[in-house]
Amino acid sequence: MIHSLFLINSSGDIFLEKHWKSVVSRSVCDYFFEAQERATEAENVPPVIPTPHHYLLNVYRHKIFFVAVIQTEVPPLFVIEFLHRVVDTFQDYFGVCSEVVIKDNVVVVYEVLEEMLDNGFPLATESNILKELIKPPTILRTVVNTITGSTNVGDQLPTGQLSVVPWRRTGVKYTNNEAYFDVIEEIDAIIDKSGSTITAEIQGVIDACVKLTGMPDLTLSFMNPRLLDDVSFHPCVRFKRWESERILSFIPPDGNFRLLSYHVSAQNLVAIPVYVKHNISFRDSSSLGRFEITVGPKQTMGKTVEGVMVTSQMPKGVLNMSLTPSQGMHTFDPVTKLLSWDVGKINPQKLPSLKGTMSLQAGTSKPDENPTINLQFKIQQLAISGLKVNRLDMYGEKYKPFKGIKYMTKAGKFQVRT
Amino acid sequence: MYIGKFWLLLALRLASPALGNPLDLDIVKHLETHCKPGAKMTDSKYFTTTKKGEIFELKAELNSDKKEKKKEAVKKVIASMTVGKDVSALFPDVVNCMQTDNLELKKLVYLYLMNYAKSQPDMAIMAVNTFVKDCEDPNPLIRALAVRTMGCIRVDKITEYLCEPLRKCLKDEDPYVRKTAAVCVAKLHDINAQLVEDQGFLDTLKDLISDSNPMVVANAVAALSEIAESHPSSNLLDLNPQSINKLLTALNECTEWGQIFILDCLANYMPKDDREAQSICERVTPRLSHANSAVVLSAVKVLMKFMEMLSKDLDYYGTLLKKLAPPLVTLLSAEPELQYVALRNINLIVQKRPEILKHEMKVFFVKYNDPIYVKLEKLDIMIRLASQANIAQVLAELKEYATEVDVDFVRKAVRAIGRCAIKVEQSAERCVSTLLDLIQTKVNYVVQEAIVVIKDIFRKYPNKYESVIATLCENLDSLDEPEARAAMIWIVGEYAERIDNADELLESFLEGFHDESTQVQLQLLTAIVKLFLKKPTETQELVQQVLSLATQDSDNPDLRDRGYIYWRLLSTDPVAAKEVVLAEKPLISEETDLIEPTLLDELICYIGTLASVYHKPPSAFVEGSRGIVHKSLPPRTGSSESAESPDAAPSGAPPSEQPAVIPTQGDLLGDLLNLDLGPPVSGPPVATSSVQMGAVDLLGGGLDSLMGDESEGLRSDVGGSPAIGGTGFTAPSAVMPANLGPPPSGGLGDLFDLAGGVGTLSGSHVAPKTVWLPAMKAKGLEISGTFSRQVGAISMDLLLTNKALQVMSDFAIQFNRNSFGLAPAAPLQIHAPLAPNQTVEISLPLNTVGSVMKMDPLNNLQVAVKNNIDVFYFSTLYPLHILFVEDGKMERQMFLATWKDIPNENEAQFQIKDCPLSADAVSSKLQGSNIFTVAKRNVEGQDMLYQSLKLTNGIWVLAELRIQPGSPSFTDLEVSRLYFPPPFFRCIQLLSSFHP
Repeated sequence: MIHSLFLINSSGDIFLEKHWKSVVSRSVCDYFFEAQERATEAENVPPVIPTPHHYLLNVYRHKIFFVAVIQTEVPPLFVIEFLHRVVDTFQDYFGVCSEVVIKDNVVVVYEVLEEMLDNGFPLATESNILKELIKPPTILRTVVNTITGSTNVGDQLPTGQLSVVPWRRTGVKYTNNEAYFDVIEEIDAIIDKSGSTITAEIQGVIDACVKLTGMPDLTLSFMNPRLLDDVSFHPCVRFKRWESERILSFIPPDGNFRLLSYHVSAQNLVAIPVYVKHNISFRDSSSLGRFEITVGPKQTMGKTVEGVMVTSQMPKGVLNMSLTPSQGMHTFDPVTKLLSWDVGKINPQKLPSLKGTMSLQAGTSKPDENPTINLQFKIQQLAISGLKVNRLDMYGEKYKPFKGIKYMTKAGKFQVRT
Repeated sequence: MYIGKFWLLLALRLASPALGNPLDLDIVKHLETHCKPGAKMTDSKYFTTTKKGEIFELKAELNSDKKEKKKEAVKKVIASMTVGKDVSALFPDVVNCMQTDNLELKKLVYLYLMNYAKSQPDMAIMAVNTFVKDCEDPNPLIRALAVRTMGCIRVDKITEYLCEPLRKCLKDEDPYVRKTAAVCVAKLHDINAQLVEDQGFLDTLKDLISDSNPMVVANAVAALSEIAESHPSSNLLDLNPQSINKLLTALNECTEWGQIFILDCLANYMPKDDREAQSICERVTPRLSHANSAVVLSAVKVLMKFMEMLSKDLDYYGTLLKKLAPPLVTLLSAEPELQYVALRNINLIVQKRPEILKHEMKVFFVKYNDPIYVKLEKLDIMIRLASQANIAQVLAELKEYATEVDVDFVRKAVRAIGRCAIKVEQSAERCVSTLLDLIQTKVNYVVQEAIVVIKDIFRKYPNKYESVIATLCENLDSLDEPEARAAMIWIVGEYAERIDNADELLESFLEGFHDESTQVQLQLLTAIVKLFLKKPTETQELVQQVLSLATQDSDNPDLRDRGYIYWRLLSTDPVAAKEVVLAEKPLISEETDLIEPTLLDELICYIGTLASVYHKPPSAFVEGSRGIVHKSLPPRTGSSESAESPDAAPSGAPPSEQPAVIPTQGDLLGDLLNLDLGPPVSGPPVATSSVQMGAVDLLGGGLDSLMGDESEGLRSDVGGSPAIGGTGFTAPSAVMPANLGPPPSGGLGDLFDLAGGVGTLSGSHVAPKTVWLPAMKAKGLEISGTFSRQVGAISMDLLLTNKALQVMSDFAIQFNRNSFGLAPAAPLQIHAPLAPNQTVEISLPLNTVGSVMKMDPLNNLQVAVKNNIDVFYFSTLYPLHILFVEDGKMERQMFLATWKDIPNENEAQFQIKDCPLSADAVSSKLQGSNIFTVAKRNVEGQDMLYQSLKLTNGIWVLAELRIQPGSPSFTDLEVSRLYFPPPFFRCIQLLSSFHP
């Protein structure tokens, strides 16, 4: 099982270590540093690194490497999932997960880590339960604690820990009972030169924020549940009910949680809400190239496309670019060759465009790679897959909760080849 | 982050006013100075002690009367500890803070203890009392905490005190305490395994598997799995349908992590039939929709493994295949690290069952900002999934990738285009034109990679694409990598007759011959010889030159040898040379990097583990892999398939029976290594062997009729034995002499009658075949076999199975010297080459005229088997009774005289348990194996049998068997020679009881 954990910042300092079994010398990280050196970028460090006596599994999040040390045959996904859980917990506790914050809260971090694993076995990883065991630091609590002498470690057995619904504590009370659901879809797509779709798929999630008194039992039904043929549920969802009736029935955790994530595969036809027209030409033996891109909406069901951001990694031969946008701001970094253009909203009447010239390194032949354009955008009030919630009902409690559903479509990994 | 720091500052300030000392905020400062980015730190820096004054101050604070101050001080100590500073000097002071009702303080002290107890074992004892007391605390949280912490203190002296509290906690009324205690057993086992066994904790742990609380079950399973890992043989997780049912119930209710442990445990279970497999699959399938990818992959493992048992005709089989695809695709939308592990596993799944993901090609298309390790894996899977249906899309993608920035990725993409051409014939032309387009880009490494793959395309489709050679030749000068140069030279040599200036081209390479790598040199030598054979008139000089370069100026033996071979060939018989050098080449296989089927099957059992990431069995890399049990897929039990699956049938063999493979070392093996191809020993007349073969054939046929027609008269001779008439025979082992032991399924009594009845005609007892050389250890060759003695001839009955991807031929066998001089009497005759997945049965006649050397154990036989791939070694134990000769019956008088003469030290006694036979039965049965009854007496109601036998080397063995009616018999053995090896006991026991 998981033996030790090292946190390493991007400059290669180990700033925290935690051992759940015997102590493993931090020199084991040297193997990690070697691998890090070989990889050109932090993102490219291989997730599994073998050493003579241990295996190092790492994830890179928030500019921190979380390196787990294992000694025996352990499912690597188990370890990686756990590391992600650690990151999420830190974020949940401290708002952000960064080196500074972790150092500032080192004792809480240590207590939390101790609570999350026992002898390398996961003990309490649900945020709900952890927060009952060790309360997250707030200024107010610190002051109160110092004055009253109480602690931020709970001395009660977390109620959820062993119940049939381990994700929910008992005795929840709210004056305003509310349940919000966000249907968020991300489109991953690759569009080829000519504008036709090579592959497009949707990663959707339903995130919930439920603040309801007592033990509410909710059901959520969809207008078109057939869209959801590839789903992963929060453990609270009753799978049998879904299988037979295509209804989500569950006792929700308290607070924020991800109810389900789903995947609409490339085989279904996925609507692409934007298009990019581009004309990028490098000419042989000329030190000038032409550059022109236009972004426009397409299949948006009348909704506005906003938060549009275009980035592109230009080839090395591009020395500089002189461009004029019809709207928004653009920058080009001559060192990293990264072009980014913050477009903002797309007005269908007046399509945003970015035109100009590129100065190329003289004497070199035209680059063999064409830049790929990366697109980000947001569309409110639209789930591009067409998924629609039909109704939400509550059983088990008497009060009338306030309910809300929000839809949003975003670009995930949306790439246009030129 | 500002807020966070502020909190800490505030806390420290508030804590300090009593002392009046404006606390120097050490932690914060330390964190700031210590962890400044930039400077790379060495380990020593962390382990230097802090300033004297600081420790002193902390000491004072720890001993303060004020609870708050104490707590803050402990916090500071912990903070120092986490950044790697040594604060062990404060041990007694911190331990003093342990007795408190403040839970946070207690926890902090525990944290400290866990870290430093090992370095201060004597001091740690001080803490024991508190632990023991805490284990009785009314608050379950404290009980659990205490037992948990105690397990983490890795000090021997403490572990003794741990046992009692642990025992109580394992039976605690609160499940939270029980589940913590379960893990504690694993901890304790890690520190002192013997103690855990002695104290009976393992049994308690096993009981917890049927606990009412699913979390406790999950933790018990996890703990047992971990313990089992260090004890592979101990049958800790002995699963039966009942416990499986409990696990499946707990699976639905426990946490995601518990589900992983339970699923991994389920995967080790072997369902008894396809119906049980299906019902487990049905209950595991919902896990595929879990949000935790590790749960999903563990569920996939269980399903992939148990699917093996389901018949392909079953509707459910198809349903299951369909259900497996979406979760695998979903794994690819997770974080890149998860994707990587998922992709490595999908690579295995796609090879085992390509039908699952055949429609999902698009999800493997590479995004340009994927990390490189994900890109490379995706590419691999794309090629595996490439088929005629999707080849156009795949090619377009690959071409796109070939213009990316990352060199490794581009190279692999170009190579992938070549592999597509070879895999999908219809696409070859497009692939070639794509490759030509890429060559036109003139990007150096792209060109080189393209030329390497075009060479393979030429080999696969000869005389089809030679028109492109001209384009290739244009790029000759830009090639600087050995592989590309060698490929180009090969092309020039192969098509020398169509390239006008082939001689010039090759000559240009010859100038720097000595600077080339061996690969290029060898290729150049061959190419020029080819050229000479095709255009002898113009190139004589060139060939002379290269031959002298290779043979005289080179110190590489491979090159020299090849040079000499060519030289002699050319000088003695140019026609023969032409036939050899320009011979038609064998086809290259479609996919070059498929994993061998046996290894693949094993790896499927390891889905989701490190083994699946490395594509190696755990034994190949896991630390201390002592006796890791090889896992294998369950055999398919669906009736319709049993005949077609030689690949599935043998894998069910229990791993424990695998004989040891001789390590390649030791002088014993010296003579084995000089394996001769000719018949090593001119043995007894070949007639023996033909008789032998005839017998087998005859009996094989007889068996068929036995099994085929119930009304056959022969059936009564078999005594209606269910063992033979029933299901005992799987396809490969069906051909067996009629008198031999059936698979150990029963009916032994009947068999005995049979043996007695046919008596003189038949040979001795023959054990069922066992696997001697597993395929894993012999590059795909699996050998199983047994020994038999029939009508005076000893033979070794072998079953050779080819589990590799390539054809095997040129078999030969040799024995090492052994105790009785056993040696093959004829060469190993396998007439046709052994195709992949083919099995051949052969009976090798043996004699005992080989050279003799005493082995330990006495009946140990070391064997070397050679084929076109390699030489493999294994050892096996032969049953001694194959050495008992037919004239082993001693004269009564002689027996009496010899019996008296035998010195005492040559006498041995042993008891045979559970022998249900009467004296007569034993006697006739032993006679079947050439152990003869010289005399029989009855003394005080007991039958006494006097037996004699003679070994091939002339040694007599005399025995007295005392048989107590109705109860186990007692035997007294004496021999006429000095040594009397234990194998005889086993032998006699085996023969007289027929309990295999």
